[in-house]
This record gives sequence, C-alpha cells and structure tokens, in this order.
Amino acid sequence: MTTGKREAGDGKRDKVGSSVDGWVAGARPATATSGTAENPFFEYLLRLADDRLVLGHRLSEWCGHAPILEEDIALANIALDLIGQASLLLKLAGEIEGKGRSEDTLAYFRDAIEFRNAQLVELPNGDFAVTIVRQFLFDAWDVLVLERLTAASNQSLAGIAAKALKEAKYHLRHTAEWVRMLGDGTAESHARAQRALDDLWPYTAELFLRDAIDAEAVASGSGVDVESLRPRWRQTVDQVIGEATLTVPKDGFAPRGGRAGRHTEHLGRMLADMQSLARAHPGAAW
Amino acid sequence: MANDTVSAIGGATSAAETQWDLWEVFTQEGEGAPHEHAGSVHAATAEHAMQNARDVYARRGKVVSLWVVPTGAIIASAPGDAGPLFDPGNDKAYRHPQFYKTPRGVRGL
Amino acid sequence: MTDQKSPTSAPAAGSTDDAAQVAEFEARIAQGESIEPKDWMPERYRKQLTRMMSQHAHSEIVGMLPEGNWITRAPSLRRKMVLLAKVQDEAGHGLYIYCGTETLGIGREELVDQLLTGKAKYSSIFNYPTLTWADIGVIGWFVDGAAIVNQTMLAKASFGPYARAMVRICKEENFHKKQGYESVATLANGTPEQRAMVQDAVNRWWWPSLMMFGPSDKDSPNSAELIRWRVKRDTNDTLRQRFVDLTVPQARAVNLTLPDPDLRYNEETEHWDFGEIDWTEFHEVISGNGPCNRERLAARRKAHDDGAWVREAAQAYAAKRDAVTAA
Repeated sequence: MTTGKREAGDGKRDKVGSSVDGWVAGARPATATSGTAENPFFEYLLRLADDRLVLGHRLSEWCGHAPILEEDIALANIALDLIGQASLLLKLAGEIEGKGRSEDTLAYFRDAIEFRNAQLVELPNGDFAVTIVRQFLFDAWDVLVLERLTAASNQSLAGIAAKALKEAKYHLRHTAEWVRMLGDGTAESHARAQRALDDLWPYTAELFLRDAIDAEAVASGSGVDVESLRPRWRQTVDQVIGEATLTVPKDGFAPRGGRAGRHTEHLGRMLADMQSLARAHPGAAW
Repeated sequence: MANDTVSAIGGATSAAETQWDLWEVFTQEGEGAPHEHAGSVHAATAEHAMQNARDVYARRGKVVSLWVVPTGAIIASAPGDAGPLFDPGNDKAYRHPQFYKTPRGVRGL
Repeated sequence: MTDQKSPTSAPAAGSTDDAAQVAEFEARIAQGESIEPKDWMPERYRKQLTRMMSQHAHSEIVGMLPEGNWITRAPSLRRKMVLLAKVQDEAGHGLYIYCGTETLGIGREELVDQLLTGKAKYSSIFNYPTLTWADIGVIGWFVDGAAIVNQTMLAKASFGPYARAMVRICKEENFHKKQGYESVATLANGTPEQRAMVQDAVNRWWWPSLMMFGPSDKDSPNSAELIRWRVKRDTNDTLRQRFVDLTVPQARAVNLTLPDPDLRYNEETEHWDFGEIDWTEFHEVISGNGPCNRERLAARRKAHDDGAWVREAAQAYAAKRDAVTAA
C-alpha cells in the first residue's frame, strides 16, 4: 500500500538511504514510500496522528503493570486521550486523502515505513523513568503544537486540537510532577531519571525539524512551524528539569527520519503485535 | 481514649514504609451542588493527591470541582456520641416550618 | 508521615466479644442499619469483611491481566479504547474496594502483600488464559455478567464502605457487560472464523464462570453467617441460578451453544436446570493449580517489585518538601 505516487528510481531504497542528506535533512518532502508527497496535508495529518497512535499504544502496554494502582489509572487515561486523538486525526486524514481509507485501515494496514511518527514515541517503554521522561518531553512539545493548531484554517483540525489541548495540558501537569518526584526523590530515582533523559534527549531534535510538508501546511494556515517552538519548549523543559535537580543533556547526536518513514527497528515489532489480529482477518468487522 | 473523638473516618494504622499517605476525595458534580465524599486515594503530596483524585474519581466527566483532604485531618464524631450530639435535634419541632399554623387563605408564607 | 494517621477503634486481636454488644450489633443489622468503620463490630465480622473485601479487590487487580493480554492486539481503534477503558476501570474498582477495606484498619500495602505472598485468594476465573480475541467479549458477557449479579447484592451489604464502593462500581460496570455482549454478537454474526472463535471461547469460559459464585451451598460454611450479618443476601447457588437464567436466553439470541448437555428449562421451577460443576477443577484452581495461577502472581509481583523504587521516590520527594515547609 502506498501513500502516493513513486518517483522514478525511488524504489531503490539503498540508493535513497545512501544519499543521507536528501531525506534526513528534510530539504524536500521525500518519503520512504511515496517519493514526493502527492497530498502534503494528508502527510501532515499522518504525522500528527501517528505520534499519538504510537505513543498511546506504548502507554497502553503499561496497563496492569504500573508501579501503583493510581498510576495504572493515570497512564491509561493518557493513553486513551492519545489514541482518541489519533483516531480522530486518522479519520480526518482518510477524508482528506479521499481514497476511502478509514481510521482503522490507516492504523492497521500500513507498514512501518508508511508511519510518520517521530522516532521518540516508538522507542520501547523501558522503566517508569523512561516512560515518564519521554512523555514529559513530548507533552511539553505537544501543548505548544496544539495551541497553534486550535487556530488552523481547517475547521476539523482546529476542533480536534482544541479538545486535545485540554488533555495535553493535563498530561504535562502530570508528567512534570513525576519528573520532579523522580529527579528529586531518591538517589536511585535520580539516577534513573537522568539516564532516561540522557538516552531520550537526542530523539527530541526530530520534533523540531521543519520540512516542505510543514511549510505547505503552515502556508495553508493549518500547520505549525515546529522550529519556532523550540525556545518555548526549552523554557518549560529547562524549568522542570531544574526543579527536578536533573541536568539538561548537551545537543549532539540527533537521529531523525521518522517523519519520512525511516524508523528504528522497534516500530516494526510494535506494529507486528498491534496489527496481527486485524491483518489475520482482512475485511472482518469487530 | 481521647483519640476516639478525633480519629479519622477510617485509615490504616499498619502502613508499611513505602505506603503513600491516604487522602479523602470529595467531588462536586455540577455547579452549585455540594461536594460529596467519593472515596480515597494514596498519594505522596497534595498536588499528587489532586492528580490521582482527578484520574480515579473524575474520569467519567460530570465532576466540576475536587477537594482532597489528608485522611488524618478529618475529625469525625464517635458512634458513642451519637445520642448527645444528634438526639437533641429531634425534639425541637419549632425549628421546622410545619410547626406553625397559618390562617386559611393566606399565601406566600 | 504515615504515623499521623489516627488509630481506629479496632479491639486488640484475640479479644472476646461481649455478648451484650454482639446482641446489640445483630439487632442493628436486623433493623437494616448500616455499619460504619468506627462502629463497634464483632471481631469475626471485621475479619470476614476484611477477607471478603480484600479478595474482591485482589480479583479486580489480577483480573486486569487476562484482558490486558489483548490490549495491544485489539483489532480496531474503538475496541482498543473500549478494552483499555474497561481494564482501567478494574484498576479503579480494585482501588475503591482496597480503600473500603482500609477503613477496617489494614493498609493497602499489607493487603497487597497478602496477595503477592499467596496468603490471600482471588477469584479463580482469572487463572484461565485468554487465547483469542473472542475471549475478551465472552469475559465481558459472562464474567462481568456474573460479577454484576454478585455486586448488585453486595451494594446492599451491611458494611457501609463496601456497599458504597459497590454502588459506584455497579454504575460504572454497566458498560462492561454490554460491550462484551456487543462484541460477542458481532463475532457471532461475523466470518466463519470469527464464529468458530467465539463459540470456542464460550465453550472454555462457561463452566469457570459458573464456578465464580463459589462452592455449592452445602459446602459453603460461611454463607449462613454472612447472610445473618447481611453482608450477603443470597446464597451462592441462588446467585448462580440467577446468572444461568439471565444468560441462557442471551446465548440463544446470538445462536451460540452453551457447553452443557443437561441444560434445559424446568417448567415447574421456572428456572434453567444445568449440569454438575466439576468441583475438582474448582478446588485445583483455588489451591493454585489452575492454568495461569503462577503467571498471574508472577506478573503482579514483578509490577510491584519493579515499582518499588518509584513509590519510594515519591515518598522521598514528599519528605523533602515537608522538611522545607517545617524549617
């Protein structure tokens, strides 16, 4: 299944992969499966949706295994919010694409290379510190993105963003408090939180990469210039991390590619689990 | 024991070291409605208790306001005091409007 | 921090209850009064309530695992959200009942410890595996259906905190059974594979669901006492019969067969007669030899152990805050 027409020669993935700058820097909206995007707004919505679907799925893996009952309930709440947002965004994406694909078709019948989430959200849950720090770094970004999207010219997107923004503000409040508790808790929790922060930090760079897909969305009045969000994101993150007595890592290694369908190996395994039942019974109703 | 009159409405005495404090949660289900006891949660701090109360007792909507109170801070009447505390209220019929007669035909009272 | 909690009015262990007090207590129960945590109660009542409520809470928590097994594989986004919300509710219900149990003077940490060390029991049904997606629908239909029959009765229990937790739980659980039956009906009307899947799930879950109501009345030594104290209102067999009577027509409505050749309507009693339960299996599962007993407890222990540093961190953070405020 492809999300758009292929450019001649683009099917040779090794060639694409070798011209690292071509897709990594995101100079043009090249994607792993479609070459240049036929429908940039569809691509843009997939990015928003897939971040939420994949992160919500990761959080749902905690259900029944959290450190304490209250947190089991809290993580499930966040997961439900994110999957709910993803569902609405995928539905809208399917309508924009106009090829009759439902939210479930888009969620369950795309392969990893067709997913457009940032790599940060697909990483395995790790311990509670990794899950919380990842969620916090995402939430701090998500609130800023959604604030902008409430003014989107596409009314459906603006509506989804307005609902999601309320949810995201609470997520941020919850995860920020946990970052403080873990960072300024015991020696062990501090060490675990700092390790999580160090490991995850490189993956945040991708959240602020701007390419032609973003540019088109911004130009049409329904997108966010993610690059411009970075200073405000750093303000929130620096403050909470400071209160948590943790240290902000240095920028350096910055893996990227999720927006173009270039993922870590983890996403494929996650989707193998998530999509197995739906794909075993194609066409079935549930 | 003096504690009888100031003991909490419940709460465990045998908490292990890693058990977070117990908080009582009161929810208001609609503007102007009273806050009613919903249940309790364990939490480390007040902010944490507020969040846990929200996640546990307000996840189905309706709630417009929350109170969380450390369980130990609640002062409850003792069952043995029920007589002296509450029975005297039962025979003061003059506190209730039905006690008073109104002449026939008079309205708006 | 924890020692600021005030003592409850629990009498010292081993104390003999005063006969006059017991008589007064039983008179209150007979008048339909609600017993509150600080009221005087016989030691035996406190013990029975603690046992029943903590078993109930443990069942909710262990019960998250078999259904949780399918959250990541739910076949549509809607089903995924429904299942996640349902399993989340079970965490909430466990929490409500633990809180109710704590009013009897025992901490949740201690109760959880009793579960993890195998001292406390939980419902045997959760020691069966969820092998296909259809199990999720059938659990909602049978297991939640059985739970609702039981909990509707418990919402009138004489112990206030238990009854109040049950009222809240019954309200929230309405959707559990309905979503289960809806899922079953969809599968029963689906592809041949889906139909086979759901019939197989029905075959596997029917008898364990009947066992959920506990031993038959003749082998249920606690029943009379619990009914006299109005903790329960009906016997195990009465509740089981109620569940069978409710469920048989529901199965027929979606053309599914219940795996009991002896199942037939009794015109005289106006109830559905059913076959003998395999009590050997019941006792095997209860005593730890069900298909998943070890896995379920291991999963709970792992979550508890892996979470210890998290719980300690929050505690330490709070202690630092308290120290700052006090200074």
